[in-house]
Amino acid sequence: MTETQPAIRLTALTKEFGAVTAVDHVDLEIAAGEFFSMLGPSGSGKTTVLRLIAGFEQPTGGTVELFGQDVTKRAPFDRDVNTVFQDYALFPHMSVLDNVAYGLRVRGLGRKERNERALRALASVRLEQMAGRKPSQLSGGQRQRVALARATVVQPKVLLLDEPLGALDLKLREQMQVELKEIQRELGITFIFVTHDQEEALTLSDRIAVFNDGRIEQLGTPAELYERPRSRFVADFVGTSNLFDVERSRTILGRDGHHSVRPEKMTVSRGGLDQPGVVDVPGTVVEAIYLGSGVRLVVDLDDGTRVSVLEQNDRDRMHDDERGDRVVVSWHEDDVVPLGIEALPGISG
Amino acid sequence: MRLSRLSRTTLGIVTGVILLVVYVPLFVVLVNSFSTSTSLTWPPPGFTLEWWGRAFQSAGAMEAVATSVQIAIIATIISLALGTLISLALQRFEFFGREAISLLVILPIALPGIITGIALNNFFRTIMGVPLSIWTVVIAHATFCIVTVFNNVIARLRRQGTNLEEASADLGAGVWTTFRLVTFPQLRSALLAGGLLAFALSFDEIIVTTFTAGSGVTTLPIFILNNMFRPNQAPIVSVIAVVLVLVSIIPIYIAQRLSGSEAERR
Repeated sequence: MTETQPAIRLTALTKEFGAVTAVDHVDLEIAAGEFFSMLGPSGSGKTTVLRLIAGFEQPTGGTVELFGQDVTKRAPFDRDVNTVFQDYALFPHMSVLDNVAYGLRVRGLGRKERNERALRALASVRLEQMAGRKPSQLSGGQRQRVALARATVVQPKVLLLDEPLGALDLKLREQMQVELKEIQRELGITFIFVTHDQEEALTLSDRIAVFNDGRIEQLGTPAELYERPRSRFVADFVGTSNLFDVERSRTILGRDGHHSVRPEKMTVSRGGLDQPGVVDVPGTVVEAIYLGSGVRLVVDLDDGTRVSVLEQNDRDRMHDDERGDRVVVSWHEDDVVPLGIEALPGISG
Repeated sequence: MRLSRLSRTTLGIVTGVILLVVYVPLFVVLVNSFSTSTSLTWPPPGFTLEWWGRAFQSAGAMEAVATSVQIAIIATIISLALGTLISLALQRFEFFGREAISLLVILPIALPGIITGIALNNFFRTIMGVPLSIWTVVIAHATFCIVTVFNNVIARLRRQGTNLEEASADLGAGVWTTFRLVTFPQLRSALLAGGLLAFALSFDEIIVTTFTAGSGVTTLPIFILNNMFRPNQAPIVSVIAVVLVLVSIIPIYIAQRLSGSEAERR
């Protein structure tokens, strides 16, 4: 049965806080074993959806199903999902071992067995030698791993992670991303990962739901979201995009509707490429930013449109562009992504 | 931070004067408990240990201590139970009239004791028809002792947030298990602080006690007041006062050490 049922099915899920609609008729299916991310800016409803799945909030409308079972009305302790909290929420008065063993303890396991299993869980995050410490004696990354061990030791069917890497510094975050992915593969359970960091979501996920204003703006694989965003919001939020509104699309691209072109799909040359299927537009360099692996050029096209171009720092880059240089920006017709006719509500600028 | 010499000297003198005003009278009481004078004359004409011996043999004094301790302990236990419950209700649940109840809980500590005393006296005797006894004192004390527990616990709950409780529920613990294993341990030091304050409040209360104590119920403050101006009893009162000072240092010392070690752990 569990083979065919999705791990999570949300149907018309809605949550209102007073006059504010935090989650607005969300329909979503997440497959078993999937690493699924909910991506969006703060206030987009992604964390509320997570809390509705965990049972900390009761929906105003709609249902939450877990492997085909309606759990909408069930209390958090009665659901087979576990959460890794943003601030870890480790119990400060308990040792690391007691924290990890907590879920087993409230299930009535004897001390010996629960400590054995907790130690094994701690070993899987390489913290068994910290078992006797208090959470306050651990570093941020260690606390994060304890929280992970505590949530996974009870073998949930679905693990919910609420911006678990948000409090860590960059290096540690990248290291933890790799570890998370490994742990998910080992356990084979469904991970639902909430983040506002689009790079993190792209790196980790099998699929991503981009949230905006309490609704899912787009759902797809990282490649789909990045290569074929369907709205201005997604094009802008996932990676960086050069957005062409209706008027500029008409004048520059000769197309109807909104469009976007990724900076790395554009190239800069002195005379243009002059190839079939390639658009050449002259402009002036406003800024050249050296990034190490590449150079980001900000170019004002002659009609005033400002675009950002990402050039790889490879052997083909023969010339150094400087502020004020006259250049030609080129991109292939196939790399122009249509974003629809309507001016979609989204973040502007 | 560095201060000028003048302000340092001035602040030092002011601090010294204030400490003197607080502690010299206590010292006088200590000296008087060894004085050969029975009417607290100063300076003491001579020194003796007689009053110390007499005080510990005084049945009245010992009984008063026992009564006060008994009342304070029971009032504190009631306050701890009710204060914790009302804090949890007001901090963790939404319901109609929440703000009003919060105000009503705190009000008794602001009410003048004389009013509480008269009101409860009336209530017990004429409306309830209950004879005044040690239990009427306990109930009267609990009405305002709850406030210290409530204030401490609700501040802790507010600071704590609901994260830990959510984590506990998430890991499969029901409401009661969560309270026992997570909420209560987090409240322990708040309960201790609130409980010690409640005990102290009850122990030296005299106004409400006067109005609600049955005949024959003599708490320590009432005993002291009754004996203060009786011939030959003043030095015994001094002895009791000194003992009380020593006794009250202990819980404060414990409370400070506990909060100190807690601060280290954080």
